Amino acid sequence: MNKDIERYTPSERSNHWAVAILFFLAGLSGLALFHPSLFWLSNFFGGGPWTRILHPFLGVAMFIFFIWLAMRFAHHNRWEKADGQWLKQWKDVVNNREDKLPEVGRYNAGQKILFWVLLLCMLVLLATGVVIWRQYFSHLFGIELIRISALLHAFAAWVLICSIIVHIYAGIWIKGSISAMLHGWVSRAWARKHHGAWYKEVSKEEGGKH
Amino acid sequence: MASQDIIARSATTTPMPSVRQMDDVAKLIDVSKCIGCKACQVACSEWNELRDEVGHNHGVYDNPMDLTAESWTVMRFTEYESDAGNLEWLIRKDGCMHCAEPGCLAACPSPGAIVKYANGIVDFNQDKCIGCGYCITGCPFNIPRISQKDHKAYKCSLCSDRVSVGLEPACVKTCPTGAIVFGSKEDMKEHAAERIVDLKSRGFENAGLYDPQGVGGTHVMYVLHHADRPSLYAGLPDDPGISPMVSLWKGVTKPLALLGMGLVALFGFFHYVRVGPNRVEEDEAPQGDATVHKVDPSVREFDPKSPS
Repeated sequence: MNKDIERYTPSERSNHWAVAILFFLAGLSGLALFHPSLFWLSNFFGGGPWTRILHPFLGVAMFIFFIWLAMRFAHHNRWEKADGQWLKQWKDVVNNREDKLPEVGRYNAGQKILFWVLLLCMLVLLATGVVIWRQYFSHLFGIELIRISALLHAFAAWVLICSIIVHIYAGIWIKGSISAMLHGWVSRAWARKHHGAWYKEVSKEEGGKH
Repeated sequence: MASQDIIARSATTTPMPSVRQMDDVAKLIDVSKCIGCKACQVACSEWNELRDEVGHNHGVYDNPMDLTAESWTVMRFTEYESDAGNLEWLIRKDGCMHCAEPGCLAACPSPGAIVKYANGIVDFNQDKCIGCGYCITGCPFNIPRISQKDHKAYKCSLCSDRVSVGLEPACVKTCPTGAIVFGSKEDMKEHAAERIVDLKSRGFENAGLYDPQGVGGTHVMYVLHHADRPSLYAGLPDDPGISPMVSLWKGVTKPLALLGMGLVALFGFFHYVRVGPNRVEEDEAPQGDATVHKVDPSVREFDPKSPS
């Protein structure tokens, strides 16, 4: 793949992978407490009590890095008219028929929806997580709020994990996107094929550098 | 208590030993006989080697004011004025109710940290407790307490160590008025029935037994003068049951959620197999950049437009 266009700066990449690593740690420690069949995952964190101690801190760290990332990318994820049309043609999307789709900017409708779903999940996880954080905060809240928070926390985590599975798969499916986030660069052909409108923008900015 | 007597265990998905049959035990607390002396609180801390911090007088008889990791039972005092204008002391010994369907056990994420024995006693195994406090979230009676010293959950064990060797719980042994009795659950119900007849004959027409079926019955039962209104007794729940929030959080949704996650991953895998990866054909004409870079310094480029 040619190194033609820088899609992600080193800071954006570092920020993204910091969130990814913390998501894995918070996710695995959370899953250990989510279902008995996964309690063995607590061994990765030094046993049950350590899992309970570490999980909320990992979650808060993930939240902080995610919000930082979200502030970098939010303006790229505003919903536009063409996005609705793109979604309507989801069959073309999953069958690799990009030529039939409306021209995509920096992010397509699926990526935009994922962005906002992740943000919503993170906010719910933080708010409910504080409520059920027994060691420091639970004494401040009533039992009914704690119960609904435990439920919502598990639900938001589930939505988040499912979304990230989709996110990871999309990276495997669309060749060139993982290296974009690892090394930062994409080829012109990649940009033209997947993000035509964005490619035009970038080309204009370059103003005939080549 | 032998290991084959553990008939329910937290965070465990396979059947528990259920070969041996044991009779249910129960502790019966007759509120109408209680004089609020707190001997049971003392006996509890003596037997279990617990020494709670000396607190402060809050202007009421309750002392300590609430259950703690080191006070597994507390007397709760209520001054109640009946319609007839009589003042009644309602003194209830609060502590674990040892539910047949324990909310704490349903909520606990740590395998074996909470067990239920064949005789009905619900016991915490602090060695396996991770300190998450889910038992508190699950309990309909607000009983378990987490110690700030070791971050483990504690509650009344119904003196499972004493009961397993044929002794009654310490509070039962010490009660000076016989307000607390212990035996098989059947015998305790019988005893309660006699007490209720007596109370009714003395004008408490709503006297009755508190053995709430919302949690499958309990192995700690009360005789109440006003069984129609349990909440008079320092907020004893009128109709306790595991909260629907907890059932939803810990019930069938969990395996379904796991299944859902697995299906999402499987969908991805089969999409890859059927539709395949989305690759970019890098065969476009290069723009501006020559595909071959001359690195041999002896080769000079010649541009006919600007001959140098």
